[in-house]
Amino acid sequence: MSLAFDKVPLQLTVNGKPCAVEVEPRTLLVELIREQLNLTGTHVGCDTTYCGACTVLLNGRNVKSCTVLAVQADGSDVRTVEGLATEGKLHPVQEAYAANHGLQCGFCTPGLLMSTVRLLEKHPKPSDQQIRKAIAGNTCRCTGYQNILKAIRAAAAAGK
Amino acid sequence: MAAKYTLIGKPMPMTDAKSKVTGQGLYTDDISVPGMLVGRILHSPHAHALIRRIDTARAAALPGVKAVVTGLDAPKPYGILPVGHDEQVLQSGKARYIGDNIAAVAATSAEIAEHALSLIEVDYEVLPAFFDPRESMKAAAGWIHDTKPNNIEKEYHHHFGNVDEGFAQAQFVREESYYAGEVTHAAMEPHSTLAIWEPDQRMTVYSSTQVPYYLHRTLSDVCEMPMSQIRVIKPLIGGGFGGKSEIIPLEVAAAVLAKKAKRPVKITYTREEVFYAHRGRPITYVDLKVGLTREGKITAVAARVVQDGGAYCGYGPVTVLYSGALLGAIYDIPNVKYDGFRVLTNKPACGAMRGHGTVNVRFAFEAMLDALAHDAGIDPVDVRRRNLLNAPCITVNGLRVTSYGLPECIERATEHAGWNDKKGKLPRGRGIGMACSHYVSGAANPIVRSNIPHTTVNIKVDRDASITVFTGAAEIGQGSDTMHVQLTAEVLGVRPDRVHLVVADTDLTPIDLGSYSSRVTFMAGNACIAAAKNMREQILAGVAKKLGCEASELDLREEQLFVKGESAARMNFDQAIAAALEFQGGLVARGTYQPPETARGGKFKGAGVGPSPSYSYSAQVAEVSVDVETGRVTVESIVAAHDCGRALNPLTVEGQIEGSVYMGLGQALQEEMIWENGRLMNPTLLEYRIPSTLETPEIESIIIESIDPEGPFGAKEAGEGSLAATIPAIANAIYDAVGVRINSLPITPEKVLAALQEKQKRERAAATNMSGNGGGGAR
Repeated sequence: MSLAFDKVPLQLTVNGKPCAVEVEPRTLLVELIREQLNLTGTHVGCDTTYCGACTVLLNGRNVKSCTVLAVQADGSDVRTVEGLATEGKLHPVQEAYAANHGLQCGFCTPGLLMSTVRLLEKHPKPSDQQIRKAIAGNTCRCTGYQNILKAIRAAAAAGK
Repeated sequence: MAAKYTLIGKPMPMTDAKSKVTGQGLYTDDISVPGMLVGRILHSPHAHALIRRIDTARAAALPGVKAVVTGLDAPKPYGILPVGHDEQVLQSGKARYIGDNIAAVAATSAEIAEHALSLIEVDYEVLPAFFDPRESMKAAAGWIHDTKPNNIEKEYHHHFGNVDEGFAQAQFVREESYYAGEVTHAAMEPHSTLAIWEPDQRMTVYSSTQVPYYLHRTLSDVCEMPMSQIRVIKPLIGGGFGGKSEIIPLEVAAAVLAKKAKRPVKITYTREEVFYAHRGRPITYVDLKVGLTREGKITAVAARVVQDGGAYCGYGPVTVLYSGALLGAIYDIPNVKYDGFRVLTNKPACGAMRGHGTVNVRFAFEAMLDALAHDAGIDPVDVRRRNLLNAPCITVNGLRVTSYGLPECIERATEHAGWNDKKGKLPRGRGIGMACSHYVSGAANPIVRSNIPHTTVNIKVDRDASITVFTGAAEIGQGSDTMHVQLTAEVLGVRPDRVHLVVADTDLTPIDLGSYSSRVTFMAGNACIAAAKNMREQILAGVAKKLGCEASELDLREEQLFVKGESAARMNFDQAIAAALEFQGGLVARGTYQPPETARGGKFKGAGVGPSPSYSYSAQVAEVSVDVETGRVTVESIVAAHDCGRALNPLTVEGQIEGSVYMGLGQALQEEMIWENGRLMNPTLLEYRIPSTLETPEIESIIIESIDPEGPFGAKEAGEGSLAATIPAIANAIYDAVGVRINSLPITPEKVLAALQEKQKRERAAATNMSGNGGGGAR
């Protein structure tokens, strides 16, 4: 048997930069991000689309990149945690998580940040119920969520 | 108090938060090096089988495969406890659970490595297997380990006071059986190890470990290399909770592969492999008997505990000893009897999980106490008030209690939860319950008996007056790094951003036993303070020479050096360091921590586990709703008061309390590993459901500060102790809501519904009887 597959060329924008890559058809978006683009801030926690550690924004929507094929992202805009801070300045959502202790081990944090960014883009002043639902697909085993909720409220309050 | 300290007691966001929110921080799987191979492990498909033959020839011949190893490449058995060296990294004689490790491959890609596994031929002779510990411990033959008759890993029998006399004095005696299903850590980061074979015959190992120094020792043993030739580095860790607190097979397998391939090898577990690597909280059967007087005084407790340990020893004897040692010691109970059995079965080994050994027995005890309180017609809070220790004291089983904030925890938690307004007054379907728990601030006796201090911390101050702390304590998300920064800056009177850390690197940092048993704040914290004080003395001695005065006349605070009594500073910290360097040369300080002899417990067999230099206490109140149609329980709120001695950093203390409560909530209502003939039926996070934001209520954490006389600035543990109270608080609230007691975890809707139906049947029968009697009475 052969273990090699023909590669597929892709064009996508990653964190604002155009990027041309070749992947095997079976390559997952998260594998492309972590292994080929070396953006290791996006983590793999469960392999089964539950934990959300691999959440990235695909054309502005939060998706679990462990369950998206890289080829599905062809022509798309991909935003990862590395794309949040600009010129060394943290994104307000990053600031809020750090200041409110909205993280402990930090493994789930990049995924949560991306879901939070998406939430606040959609609902700049979210209700508590909207916050809880927006991150229900991102599990955190450390915090009991209390400070994550606090961080999101703080980020929403800080945004104008 | 607030004026006394500059940094202690003030919230400080974690020093590594920025690296984590930017995604720049590296966890083990994020690290890649040139020439790195991918490692994969072949697992046994059988729960119990002799290994007759392993043929790796076809796998080894596959292009891209650089090494194939079996048990013959690393035959030396190991285990976290000196009494439990019973597992090989790869089994050569016998597979003892589905998922046991048989062979490993390193190849140039994951696909090749996985294909190579399929080419390894193994002939198994399947043996009868043991899955139920109650059956396993009766086995006359065919044992899982030849050296463990009747599949009993360890049993302990302790009796303090006289329980028969105690029960005779009680007006209310209850006997109940409790069950707790198996739960696992489910840290978000799957285990990962990168072993790098260096050109000078050394090996550097990055690993997701809570115990770098035990890993260092084990790798040296199993790889038969001197410790000086191995360097273990702990990068960022994505959660541990005990699941990374012993040696996990992939850590050794990666090293053995790297040594054979002479190349870097990385192995990262799939989530399914993480579930099978396990080392979580065992299935536990608790038969409990407690006696209570009419006045509400507990007279005696007797417990028989059987734990399903799985196929290897791991931390097993420690788990079963903690279950006994901390069973009664939270209250003043004069008579305590404990029979604990750690039993082997053909399932993945259990081990240490947050609240190690204490959680399932605490559930049983606190639920029982609630029932007894109702029997005696006493408020459950009052029962606890009437059985408090008179600390400082030594408990009946020899545990030294130096500070005891439980009374205040009880008062504050019940007050905040509105206990008096709610208890017994909520509408049907809504209820309130409370429970207490306690935990060690580190084990007073090390795993490997020795007189080496449990922690050493070094501090160096450089020419630019920056401070570097070298600590072996493993930051795993709990805030250990931040604590070191805070303590060092406080003692030296400087800004925290002067302090840099070098953490958990066996080439650079002195020994710390690791992040387990909630020992880091107490032990590494005390060592860090000692090192910082020593550094402070050195600085002041140097400055004193410069100024021509005595060191005792000097003070260092707020980045300035003062002569005591003067209001103006003589120099700033940079100048003080320059002066000190002139006279002292390089500034290097050391501090250690060793628990005092008086904290190390009694002399009986098994007395070594349970003693701690100090104990934390927790009291919690849970409010729940129970849907009587479906049996579904919703936790509405939890108020958790925790005595952590002193909250060095309230932000991280609250985070620890909330995380503990959260994990207790999961075990109480929804988490359970489901086994069928040794196969895990739910080895994914899709099926083993940890609570999301939708199941997690508002948690109110209340910090209680009892200021421990020996803790660092009075601090004790905060990371584990709260968990055990959450489960019985919820169970007791369910009783308050609908009048049924569920003695089996998790409390699923099925169990609640069955109990409700049973209760209804009983009540109908009683009503029928009563109307019958009533008829008779009317005659």
